[in-house]
Amino acid sequence: MDEPKILLSLESIVKEFSSVRVLDRVSFNIREGEIMGLIGENGAGKSTLMKILSGIYQKTEGTIRMDGQLTNIPDYITAKRLGIGIVPQEFNLINYLTVFENIFLGNEIHKGLLLDKSKMREQAKAQLEILKMPLDVNKYISELSVAEKQMVEIAKAMILDTRVLIFDEPTTTLTPVEVRTLFSLMRKLKEKKVTMLFVSHKLQEVMNICDRVTVLRDGKLVSVDEVANLDANILAKKMVGRDFSQVFPPKKDRRAEEYVLEVENLSSGNMVKDVSFSLHRGEILGFAGLVGSGRTETMEAVMGLRKLESGEIRIKGKPVRIRNAKDAVSHGLGYISEDRQGKGIVMNYDIIKNISLISLKDKYMKGFLIDKKAETAASDHYIDEFNIVAASAKSELRFFSGGNQQKVYLARWMDTDPEILILDEPTRGIDINAKREIYEFIHRLSEARISCIIISSEMEEIIGMCNRAYVMREGKIASCLNEDQITEENIVFNATGIKKGVEKDG
Amino acid sequence: MGENKLLSSVKKFKFKDHSLGMAFLILVVIATILGWPNFLKIRNLTNILRQISYTGIIGLGMTLVIISGGIDLSVGSMTAFVGGIAIYFLNLFGPESIWGIVLTFLFALVLGSLCGALNGLLVAKFKMAPFIVTLGTMSIFRSLIQYISNAGTILSENMDYGKLGSGIFLGLPIPVWCFLIVGILLHIILNHTSFGRYLCATGSNEQVAKYSAINITIVKWLPYIITGFTVGMTAVMWSSRLNCINPSDGAGYEMDAIAAVVIGGTLMSGGKGSIIGTMMGAVMLGIINNMLVMGGISAFLQQAVKGFVIIVAVLLQYNNGNK
Repeated sequence: MDEPKILLSLESIVKEFSSVRVLDRVSFNIREGEIMGLIGENGAGKSTLMKILSGIYQKTEGTIRMDGQLTNIPDYITAKRLGIGIVPQEFNLINYLTVFENIFLGNEIHKGLLLDKSKMREQAKAQLEILKMPLDVNKYISELSVAEKQMVEIAKAMILDTRVLIFDEPTTTLTPVEVRTLFSLMRKLKEKKVTMLFVSHKLQEVMNICDRVTVLRDGKLVSVDEVANLDANILAKKMVGRDFSQVFPPKKDRRAEEYVLEVENLSSGNMVKDVSFSLHRGEILGFAGLVGSGRTETMEAVMGLRKLESGEIRIKGKPVRIRNAKDAVSHGLGYISEDRQGKGIVMNYDIIKNISLISLKDKYMKGFLIDKKAETAASDHYIDEFNIVAASAKSELRFFSGGNQQKVYLARWMDTDPEILILDEPTRGIDINAKREIYEFIHRLSEARISCIIISSEMEEIIGMCNRAYVMREGKIASCLNEDQITEENIVFNATGIKKGVEKDG
Repeated sequence: MGENKLLSSVKKFKFKDHSLGMAFLILVVIATILGWPNFLKIRNLTNILRQISYTGIIGLGMTLVIISGGIDLSVGSMTAFVGGIAIYFLNLFGPESIWGIVLTFLFALVLGSLCGALNGLLVAKFKMAPFIVTLGTMSIFRSLIQYISNAGTILSENMDYGKLGSGIFLGLPIPVWCFLIVGILLHIILNHTSFGRYLCATGSNEQVAKYSAINITIVKWLPYIITGFTVGMTAVMWSSRLNCINPSDGAGYEMDAIAAVVIGGTLMSGGKGSIIGTMMGAVMLGIINNMLVMGGISAFLQQAVKGFVIIVAVLLQYNNGNK
């Protein structure tokens, strides 16, 4: 084989956000026509690096060369002109425009002053055919499934002569079948000599599709290897910097006989259909399933954040009516949302105000006025207990890392003295150390006889933490797994309805 | 070098925190120099305060509305409406009735609060866009008072009513006292009560507030009621100053009130704001106006200067937010 041509070369790339270094002198090369995997834990800097390449962020230091030429990527448009396209994790599609209009968004073809819709439609159709995507170009984005939206993103990224295509965690929201389709598409693109960057934190997928793999950890480059020379365990070690098994504290069964929460035949909208489950005192209960299987919606319905159509909720054996989050709190329920920034913390509030937000009226009032001393004392206590790293209790949360934001969010709910704490994707987007602290914290809760429900799409989390786990599929409970039955195979099977063996030979 | 960076960022941060106070001081100094010696005369200063107190009081309520993520365009015509109805109410009592004045004051506050509650109902309960709701009620209030008064001036028959608005207490005009007292009260409400805390949280992110067991309907409703209350107060102060209300009074009040809020550093996008800032903003507008008058600048140009100041204030806010 000839010496492979180097298409992109990154030289000691540094990125700082308000003087926090998220990328620390990262250097590596990408060869023409290869699929390069880029893996690392949440917070390792993968997405940041990809955003620098696609012009969304600006690097603080370092150089990028393309075809050996020094290259500047000041914005998204320039990246596109250079032939760098990105399929983002969160889709940037406009729901009330059609498929072809989205594909050409920002690159519209004109006929005089007006848009040449028929030409765009034709070209979009041709593009989809080349990519073998069974999509109607006249459909609105709102009518498409997640996988189809991703196809549109790919087609959109490919409509200019794209030489480098970046996939940012493309499989997070896909079913196994859809993942297979995506991979076969990527192989087709490879035949067309498109260079691809595949960002993921799923080892198996990287081993499956990539030629080489780059590992990032805490913003630093760990290694670049040929996939052929690697096995999954070595890769995992490189990624987290220690053995996986050390991440979870040893499991213990602290369940009491009595139920603290029983939910029967709960229905709400088309995401929650006839859901029944129960929770023991002191139990760590898992809710597994694919993204969009109705787990979050179920818990929001329990918390009174969604309208119930039917169903009964019993707390400590007594039927209760929960109409809003306030009712839920008064019954000892707490809910940590998966959408930390959208539904959790107040970004422009400091630690103190964030922690006391719910418990304010019960704990920190002196007559009509807020007892700021008591409030500050309480937050100091939590900063200590949760090991929250901050310049001061008065710094606004928007300057915090994901892990510290999550700890503040947890502290807020702990301050309501909950008996049942529902944690929805509690470790999403936080670094490995914060993750471990949160796992240990959940164990401490169960020690204190507080019951926890963990919703998680990370199977290791369900397997490593839970005493019992429900698996949801399409708004229904697919099964309830006990201690020994909580295995990857059982979860996948129940979550998708497809046996793992069948999926593998794809 | 790292230390230097830190030092300079600390300096910058502090300046940013107090940029409004700085601007205020600079403006006072400029006005003092340019307007020497007339500007600093007590009479001139109390005049400025009196002039800004009417829309300033409304601006205080408006601050809360804007923090909640809304806006209230109806305050101007609400002033005419509440003021007019209040004078009809006053005229039910005898021409020398002191009780009539007291009750009228209370009546106007209640009526203003009710008008505000209507705005708030549509915004918070029926989830309509505040801009549209208050644009609608702005027309409604104006039209109603014009219909009721037959587009004529509504005169007070009370002999003593005028003493309220033009009265002076401890050296300051009564409307200025109202401005100060309402300002201090709302400052405490904003910064030291659970409602104030919930208000900023809701304005910052409604979803977060909802998920934090906050009753966002009430939190979004109250600011409009409070604004209605401030309108009621201004309506009494204004109508008693002239001893009458013209149905076209209060036109453009919403602009002055919003301007004071914006100059005071409250974010138009909601979630963060300051009552003290609004008070300073109102006074600054008053000083600028005063300088223009003393400088003999055409009254027609004064509005342009006001517009310019608002745009600069928002521009500064925008740049600060981006850093």
